[in-house]
Amino acid sequence: MQKSPWIIHYDGSSCNGCDIEVLAALTPMYDVERFGVINTGNPKHADIFLITGSVNEQNKAVIKNIYDQMPNPKVVMAVGICACTGGIFRECYNVLGGPDKVIPVDLYVPGCAARPESIIDGVVKALELWEGKRRKRTGRESIQT
Amino acid sequence: MRTIIPFGPQHPVLPEPIHLDLVVEDETVVDVIPSIGFIHRGLEKLVEKKDFQEFVYVAERICGICSFIHGMTYCHGVEQLMKIEVPPRAHYLRTVWSELSRIHSHLLWLGLIADAFGFESLFMHSWRLREKVLDIIEATTGGRVIFGSCKIGGVRRDIENGTLREIAAKLRDYAVEYKDLGNVFLNDLTVKRRLCGVGVLSGPDALGLGSVGPMLRASGVAQDMRLLKYAAYGGIDFAPVTAEEGDSYARCAVRIGEIFQSVEIIRQCSEKIPGGAIEIKVTGLPEGEFYARTEQPRGEVIYYIKANGTKNLERLRVRTPTFANIPPMLKIMTGCQLADVPVLVLTIDPCISCTER
Repeated sequence: MQKSPWIIHYDGSSCNGCDIEVLAALTPMYDVERFGVINTGNPKHADIFLITGSVNEQNKAVIKNIYDQMPNPKVVMAVGICACTGGIFRECYNVLGGPDKVIPVDLYVPGCAARPESIIDGVVKALELWEGKRRKRTGRESIQT
Repeated sequence: MRTIIPFGPQHPVLPEPIHLDLVVEDETVVDVIPSIGFIHRGLEKLVEKKDFQEFVYVAERICGICSFIHGMTYCHGVEQLMKIEVPPRAHYLRTVWSELSRIHSHLLWLGLIADAFGFESLFMHSWRLREKVLDIIEATTGGRVIFGSCKIGGVRRDIENGTLREIAAKLRDYAVEYKDLGNVFLNDLTVKRRLCGVGVLSGPDALGLGSVGPMLRASGVAQDMRLLKYAAYGGIDFAPVTAEEGDSYARCAVRIGEIFQSVEIIRQCSEKIPGGAIEIKVTGLPEGEFYARTEQPRGEVIYYIKANGTKNLERLRVRTPTFANIPPMLKIMTGCQLADVPVLVLTIDPCISCTER
């Protein structure tokens, strides 16, 4: 990996299962911080937007707002089956579906709850996508350091 | 001069969204206005679409941290309605899994509170220890956070007696590490400065505002739903862990005490577990109404179940512990320093997805 992607995590309306697995991926057992992956709370510092859970009427605006604040290039990752399709809650009256109803989603990580291994795999794939987007924007290969 | 500072829904200290409007005068918070609803899914209404046996899966997904106890409470309620005699072995297995979830939930909370007062390596250590408990859970149920092992009429998987004794022995070893961890939380000078005397809630206030669980027990009220003897708790010897001070430090101490209590309960289960079947065949449909009350890591959860003799329940109502703990949280936050807000929010162990369902 050439870059250290910073992540911003937002919980749409998940059951918490995927949220704690996202946090678990950052802690010593899986420890993605050794690759420079940091969970930041500030959208303006983030490269990857990680959403768990589905979208409802109230958090629609929040998700859109965080997405708009992130600098380009950015990659959006939907983690967990609720964020992919709505999952077990898709029939609930207050669930509109995955975040792809509001913002463009680049990557889907299924699972209930998504395991830390698959979340890490998703982040690595997201980094490739991010690199592609950057190249497309600037027209330059990445700077070797 | 008064200023309003919005806190959340997206905030570094919060894994889940809750929005608070903090009204501050200089550095002092004079009023707090909460607004919830960011994770509302409306899953209580799903009982009309899913049949009562299938709904166990939905009940488990009310919350991913205390998922097993949610599933168990739902099963307990429906079993009481249908007058099903669950085999005693299943009761003991349920107790073991409940206590494992309590240990992992409390370790998770210890990590989050450490992160809230800025002690990041302590956060990492708590979560490192938590992973070991998750390994036991994964080995016995197949899932890390969502177990899927409880069903109406019993449990899906058995744990052999030998394995159970091994788990108890392993937890005894881990308890040494929990002790070291607990020592930092309870004796470290810097940690004490952030917790001692912060957010004091008196016993009468805690009762009057309807707080539950460790929050209530830390204010000196020994209320624990496990004393109602659901599952196998009737055959287990334990007493609620309490503290008198009612501040953040006391709440931390109660939760650390409960980790050791859970280790002890699992040890007793491993010795007392009877043989026999782990499930019973379910026939018929539920009818009537029932209140199921159990103790979650965060406190008392109430399931109101109303059935009308069809395969779908008529009404399900869940009162979760965090919802009960929000009024006391607002009480302790009024008059606090702005810098203490993250600690005070976490000290109730908020689980917003439970609260809003």
